[in-house]
Amino acid sequence: MNDTKLNLILLAIALVAPTIFYPVFLAKILCFALFACAFNLLLGYAGLLSFGHAAFLGTGGYVTGYLMINTGLSPELAIILGMIAGGMLGAIFGKLAVKREGIYFAMVTLALAQLVFFFYLQAPFTNGEDGMQGVPRGAVFGLVDLTNNFAMYYFVLAIFILGYWLINRTVHSPFGQVLKAIRENEDRAISLGYEVNRYKWVAFIISAALASLAGSTKALVFNLASLTDVHWHMSGEVILMTLVGGVGTMLGPILGAGLVVTMQNYLSGGELGNYIHIIMGIVFVVCVLSFRSGIVGQFLKFKRNNF
Amino acid sequence: MKTVRKSIASAITTGVIATALSMNSFAVADGKVKLGILADMGGTYADICGKGCVTAAEMAIEDFGGKVLGNKIELVSADSQLKPDIASSIARKWVENEGVDTIGGLVSSAVSGAVSKVNVDNKKITLISGSASNTFTTKTCNPYNVHWTYNVVALANGTVKPMVESGKKNWFFITADYSFGHALESVASKVIKEKGGKVVGHVRAPLGTTDFSSYVLQAQASGADVVALANAGNDTVNALKAATEFGLTEQMDIAGLLVFTQNAQAMDPAVASGMRLTTGFYWDIDDKARDWSQRFEQRHGGIPSMIHAGVYSATTHYLNSVKAVGSDDSDKVIKHMKQTKPDDFFSRNAQLRADGRMVHDMLYVEIKKQSERKNKGDIYNVIKVIPGEEAYNPIQASCNFS
Repeated sequence: MNDTKLNLILLAIALVAPTIFYPVFLAKILCFALFACAFNLLLGYAGLLSFGHAAFLGTGGYVTGYLMINTGLSPELAIILGMIAGGMLGAIFGKLAVKREGIYFAMVTLALAQLVFFFYLQAPFTNGEDGMQGVPRGAVFGLVDLTNNFAMYYFVLAIFILGYWLINRTVHSPFGQVLKAIRENEDRAISLGYEVNRYKWVAFIISAALASLAGSTKALVFNLASLTDVHWHMSGEVILMTLVGGVGTMLGPILGAGLVVTMQNYLSGGELGNYIHIIMGIVFVVCVLSFRSGIVGQFLKFKRNNF
Repeated sequence: MKTVRKSIASAITTGVIATALSMNSFAVADGKVKLGILADMGGTYADICGKGCVTAAEMAIEDFGGKVLGNKIELVSADSQLKPDIASSIARKWVENEGVDTIGGLVSSAVSGAVSKVNVDNKKITLISGSASNTFTTKTCNPYNVHWTYNVVALANGTVKPMVESGKKNWFFITADYSFGHALESVASKVIKEKGGKVVGHVRAPLGTTDFSSYVLQAQASGADVVALANAGNDTVNALKAATEFGLTEQMDIAGLLVFTQNAQAMDPAVASGMRLTTGFYWDIDDKARDWSQRFEQRHGGIPSMIHAGVYSATTHYLNSVKAVGSDDSDKVIKHMKQTKPDDFFSRNAQLRADGRMVHDMLYVEIKKQSERKNKGDIYNVIKVIPGEEAYNPIQASCNFS
């Protein structure tokens, strides 16, 4: 089965899904899937482990939320501006972070993300711990009213497909090939004449902008932008999603995000609510110990070896 | 081939969107009453409204008979983790997808604010029992907010006023850094200024702070007469602990603006005795309260906080109204709730005003010395009863939803 067919089947499922499942829940999965895909572009294809991606998710949410509450912009413009703001922040972060490698890269991004967290904690427009409440969803192009959950879902789906397509395009472009070359052997890429830092920087900006896009969309879906999205826990969660699903695969982060969000959703209400972090921890440990390349990665390996 | 595939895809798309739009999930009065309780199961406020709030709601449903409008009353509960985003997504799921009619419990004003926004969009009643901010019946009031138990105005009028009148003029605040703390501090500061006192400084501590030493040192340096703790739950206990360690309790008065029975129990009597505070309920006030509290204690394993009692009382009043109007339609139920006076062991001289504020008599109490305590739960001396009209803010014209 080729990729196009698989993608079409998945698209059909995504289109039918809201008739069976609660659309807001599905929209949440899509937002996190986009976030994880953006993160995966960096970790999976450029080999850069960012531990500060929550800063972009949160920035997108806050900027979009602020614009929706205070300016009456239409949602698509607010989302685009949120994405640009996140991309600009990513440009600053990236410029500083790509100077270092490995664990130092991760630490630089974490430190910068913490700065952003404390900024949002203290800045008056974010309302600190209360979060930015009551973000209106508005109407896309002034036509489609997003307060309808189904309309909201299809809007999110369209954004997700756009983001996914962009990542897919990036990965399979000559630029993406260079990123992979850098991931595999940076010294060799340098010796071939590539300016690796510039490539890393651009990849970082794309990833940050798409993560902000996810955050902007999420703020609309939940009418809320809050500190949870900027907290370093969120940076950890996206790593978890990507690793569980399969780092360096296109579909892995989507599956990982779906799995993690579903677990959070179903565990939070019931008796197991108190153990949610323990359960997620166990899942992570099992995943890392038994199938390191993630669910999708392992499946692809199995397919390669047996068919 | 390609065009065929395309046309099939577009046919699927239109079909799906058409069905999806037609089955838009609008909240309907379905005759089945389902209550949701959002509480803090493992955080800073778990003792004052965690599992206990669920127990209180269960008791209310059982005492009501378990059935209304011919259907069994259902109860769901979840952990808000004190985070507005988690609370709002749970609330959304409940009211939009699971047919929940009203959400109660609701500790932390940040959580209640987020839930109230979701509920008003879906025309569902919010039974706020655990939060203190007065914003729900002033700045962010809406026709579906019901604010039970207490609020910051009652606390400030009850606790702060008599202290300023007795000559404690200079105040310093250690405030929980979110909507509740801000509201409490601003309302209390207003009372202080009206009575001729002065606020000499304030410091804001994040929710769930464990080490208060730096805040206590700032309070110490301020030279105030009174250090007011505008926080709640374990934050109050931890702040008081730090204040004791630094000898602050010997130099200045400490005023706990919001102290729950669980926290008063947890405080060292040597430090806390003599502290005066305002509460919406005390289990030992009369026979009716004692009777309910004993039943609660048997099930929960501890004396009730005012929030526990408030959840029971609010739930009962809601169910009574559903029964009386014969429908779970929010507009009808809320109208009836505001027309009839709640009357049980918790609500004394009570009335649910048109703005959603439940006004009832508050208690001004003093924490007992160790030697005066007969048992673990025997912690307060009731000094006086504060009539509801005196304790609460007057109704705002813009929030009059009668």
